[in-house]
Amino acid sequence: MHELPVTESILGIVLKHAAANQVRAVVSISLRVGEMSDLEDEWIQRYFDYLSKGTLAEGAKLKIERVPVTIQCNGCQTTYTVKIREEKDPKCPHCGATGGKLIAGREYYIKDMEVR
Amino acid sequence: MEEIRLIEVKEEILADNKGLADDLRTNLKESHTFLLNLMSSPGAGKTTFILATIAALKSRFRLGVIEADIDSVVDAEKVAKTGVTAIQLRTGGFCHLDAAMVSKGLEALDLTQLDLVIIENVGNLVCPAEFDTGAVKNVMILSVPEGDDKPLKYPLMFTVCDVLIVNKIDYLPISDFDLAAMRERVMTLNPGIKIFEISAKNGTGIEAWTAWLEQETRAFIKP
Repeated sequence: MHELPVTESILGIVLKHAAANQVRAVVSISLRVGEMSDLEDEWIQRYFDYLSKGTLAEGAKLKIERVPVTIQCNGCQTTYTVKIREEKDPKCPHCGATGGKLIAGREYYIKDMEVR
Repeated sequence: MEEIRLIEVKEEILADNKGLADDLRTNLKESHTFLLNLMSSPGAGKTTFILATIAALKSRFRLGVIEADIDSVVDAEKVAKTGVTAIQLRTGGFCHLDAAMVSKGLEALDLTQLDLVIIENVGNLVCPAEFDTGAVKNVMILSVPEGDDKPLKYPLMFTVCDVLIVNKIDYLPISDFDLAAMRERVMTLNPGIKIFEISAKNGTGIEAWTAWLEQETRAFIKP
């Protein structure tokens, strides 16, 4: 549901870089989004298509790379990935302990963009 | 055919909101006002919980409440009846509050006259979790009738909160809610979270919660 303000932010950042680099058109934008986020790829693209009409980014394709949730075990420091919406009680595969530090999965990042 | 080239962007999408939220926290520290962001599903008991918190702390702190509601003033009216300053942010169709909206709400309050402000965020476990409001601490309510599987469905919310309030524990005897399993799930996502089991309706557990809030508020607002 919050895809709209997020998409507005993406477009703002993209247009800022487009102007600074004097591009004629933005072809694609690569994003890194953590699995922890509830953003729907399809809706981000739809909102983007709507918001970007008449701008340099009109028609640009969003390429969204999902970053898995990764936990560093409190016990043995092993890092492991978790299917956060499927595994009810994730445990460290090395020592079996629960709990740890979330080290990836909350990304909300624009990597780069292809331009003409 | 024109050549396609690659431009490195390397920017956080929500950096603007995060920056504004950090500025808000700096201002709050300067005005000695603690800001609490309260989130939950609709119907988890946010307003009743706020009323119980106000009743416990009214004599110790000067309190304010910012109510976010899609299009109603019912909650703000209930809070205003307690004599506490309450303002209503009409969020229209918005599903969450961000730092800019909270900043507007704080402008409508005289922070020099307030020690503790509670934000009642929009009832929703998805969107409010993504946006830093500038609050000093984030608190969520999960009520027993919602079920113990919520940490699995909305992991981000349980990850960003400092405190989890399990409300409506008076329903436990007639529910299959597994408190131990829910605790374990939440602690895996967020080992530092504090959990309080309460019933805002009959007052169970409110004292432990308000003791925590009092301690945090005093620590933040001390000159």
